[in-house]
Amino acid sequence: MLDTVAHVTLVMLGTALLVAFVRLVKGPTLPDRIVAMDLFGVLIVGLIVVLAGWSGVRATLDAAIVVALVGFLSTVAYATYVERGDPQ
Amino acid sequence: MTDIATAILWLAGSVFALLAAVGVVRMPDVFTRMQASTKASTLGLACLLIGAALQMGDFASFIRAASIGAFVLLTTPVSGHVIARASYFAGVPLWEGTVLDERRDAKAGPAQDRPRGVAGL
Repeated sequence: MLDTVAHVTLVMLGTALLVAFVRLVKGPTLPDRIVAMDLFGVLIVGLIVVLAGWSGVRATLDAAIVVALVGFLSTVAYATYVERGDPQ
Repeated sequence: MTDIATAILWLAGSVFALLAAVGVVRMPDVFTRMQASTKASTLGLACLLIGAALQMGDFASFIRAASIGAFVLLTTPVSGHVIARASYFAGVPLWEGTVLDERRDAKAGPAQDRPRGVAGL
């Protein structure tokens, strides 16, 4: 049963990534794209966490920690860039 | 029992994540999009983390999952605030249905008949 649930969860998270990618492509301004990239980071952390729980490999959670850190730092860096330059 | 709890939490978490993505696509401006993204994705990730910690079931995994959850819960509001501040000052247009822009109202000068809010100077 858990295999099926993990498959469904992974497919739904992948669909969420695709839907967020629509906003990344369409986004009229740079902050829209930053929001989409931030959501990407959270969704990828979720994917890694579900894979870790499904496979039982404990080291996978460390990868999730790294992705969460990098996502936060890149969001703040992008926002600093937006505040200095002009959005487009 | 653990499997059932994990299944419920994972399905709920992925539904929240999908709703966050749909909200990011369908909301009308940056600020409302960010509201959909930050709140729903934090709740979704918390569900996924609790499910994974239940499924792995040992102390080290629980500590790692808890630290990811604490980190995301602490940093999501910060990054949301930083993006909102940057995009507001960069002049990103607000949705035409926006009813309250306290900073613009404060710059226009104090109005006598306007009710004073938290930032209403």
